[in-house]
Amino acid sequence: MSVLVRNHVKVSGRPDGRPLVFAHGFGCDQNMWRLVAPAFEDTYKVVLFDYVGAGRSDLSAYDPQRYSSLHGYAQDVLDICHELDLTDVSFVGHSVSSLVGVLAANAEPDRFADLVLVGPSPRYIDDDGYVGGFSAQDIEELLESLDSNYLGWSSQMAPVIMGNPERPELGEELANSFCRTDPDIARRFARVTFMSDNRADLDKCRTRALVLQCANDVIAPEAVGRYVHAALPGSELVLMRATGHCPNLSAPEETIAAIKAFL
Amino acid sequence: MDLTSGFEELFEDAPCGFLVTDADGAIRRANRTFLTMTGHRAEDLVGRARVQDLLPVGDRIFYETHFAPLLALQSSAREIAVDFRRAAGDRLPVLLNAVMKGDPGGPREIWICVFAATDRRSYEQELLLARQRAEHSEKEARELAGILQASFIPPGLPHVDGLDLAGVYRPAGLGDEVGGDFYDMYETRDGWALVIGDVSGKGAEAAVVTSLARYTLRAAPAREPTPSAILASLHHAVVRERTDRFVTVAYAQVSLAPGGGCLLTLSLGGHPQPVHLTGGGASRVGRPGSLLGMLRRLNLSDVTVEVRPGESVVFFTDGVIEARRDSDLFGEDRLERVLLETRDESASDIAGRLLQEVSAYQSGVLSDDVAIVVLKVPNEATAVEGAGS
Repeated sequence: MSVLVRNHVKVSGRPDGRPLVFAHGFGCDQNMWRLVAPAFEDTYKVVLFDYVGAGRSDLSAYDPQRYSSLHGYAQDVLDICHELDLTDVSFVGHSVSSLVGVLAANAEPDRFADLVLVGPSPRYIDDDGYVGGFSAQDIEELLESLDSNYLGWSSQMAPVIMGNPERPELGEELANSFCRTDPDIARRFARVTFMSDNRADLDKCRTRALVLQCANDVIAPEAVGRYVHAALPGSELVLMRATGHCPNLSAPEETIAAIKAFL
Repeated sequence: MDLTSGFEELFEDAPCGFLVTDADGAIRRANRTFLTMTGHRAEDLVGRARVQDLLPVGDRIFYETHFAPLLALQSSAREIAVDFRRAAGDRLPVLLNAVMKGDPGGPREIWICVFAATDRRSYEQELLLARQRAEHSEKEARELAGILQASFIPPGLPHVDGLDLAGVYRPAGLGDEVGGDFYDMYETRDGWALVIGDVSGKGAEAAVVTSLARYTLRAAPAREPTPSAILASLHHAVVRERTDRFVTVAYAQVSLAPGGGCLLTLSLGGHPQPVHLTGGGASRVGRPGSLLGMLRRLNLSDVTVEVRPGESVVFFTDGVIEARRDSDLFGEDRLERVLLETRDESASDIAGRLLQEVSAYQSGVLSDDVAIVVLKVPNEATAVEGAGS
């Protein structure tokens, strides 16, 4: 199976432009960039994709072993870069994808020119002297919340979601589908996301980076954004007016402007 | 009824909670029903709290990673299950339906309907637990089946000087049920015994009979002089067991000939005839006999076959010839063709290739268990080479 199908890769914009790769975080899929990515199509070759296990990726390619750490997700990014032969890549990662981008850039530093980290957190759970914002108990609660909210998922849903991208008559059936996948995969991704500790990987990163930090972000609080900024040598930090964890949806203009100014 | 005050009353006292919030979740209005449900006071919520603030942490993450993006992407979200923290500190399980009002770029607000769902959620929890238990049991059953099955198939066949031996086994479907196929090879008074068999049906009861067949066949050569007499004693053992199952077995007594090659004395109890591969072609050996454990009358016989250097005998269970693709069967002709193509290969290559063909014929998922055992007498040249090294 081609990587492009496996990861539901969408390439748009200028074929000869510098590559700009947008990566979604935990919860939804590449639609998270719907209000942002088009603004870059006149200058860049814009690459969107779904991680294996999310959106319209090939769920049968999900290997619990490979995706048991963020390195497996970073390998998805690298696979796509190899398949499309992308170099001089600018990578924009939302939420957990920020760290996936750091891992990918650390693995192949020559391939990546810039990293834009939107709401990054290298570790969500509080640790000795480090405030991530969550306790291990909180993460267990999240898993319960996922269980309650994925009740309606059945194996019949998968082909509907996968095979019929834009069929409006399936709209009813597809309610909530942007943010839906196999519950077992969602649980595993949640665990990998919120249990991971990638603080040491920040120190190793030599790629130019921008940290976009929202106000009132309960997932990645400002202190964490500042921590990432301090740990990444030579990074820039922009404190946004946007609130919440998804400025790419709630404040696309501000997000676009900040990314453009940095690139 | 006055329309304006009627709608006001409908908003306040509707049989569900209503929340009106800013796009970021900051609460602008909460109706009376919501306040009653949660015990919060309007003045503590309006302009002071966001919806997220009323949720426990796990649900708050869900809100930020699923609920808020969905509202932004499709302007609505349905049947979102969260708990609200009530003023008293306990939790109220609810279902939320929400719409985003207003145009992108302009001022937007979120309208949220809140339905108390205490009973439904506790029922869902029970269902969820039941499902987890079922999945757990299924996993255990599968593991148990695997362990049991492994005990019917020896991890390797013994090494016998002058013979090249190989056995392969593949369970039907996903391998989550114990199948009835077995094979074995062991030393007896008169040389070696090679058996392959198939107990009808699957599951625990078939496994009991498979086990019975294996130890009966191992013990019988001490008392019974011929393969047919050994199969007869198995027949009586199965009949005594009073089971509905029956067994097919091919039993071969293997004696090595002093000048190379071997003699097989073969008895078939309802089992498909093995294929004898020689330089001249493929032929079926052994005389078909009765199923074991089924009818009172038994018809079994012994046939002796000489297997010369370079020749092999291929034993198999009916999962090979009865492998199904739609309404077609793998069949005897296909079996012979594959075997003739591979007759010069080693025993393990012959067995492996046949299994591969049967599996490919069924697109990789077997409709029935398959067991194959190949006994080959290597060419003298190879044998000498082997002995010299």
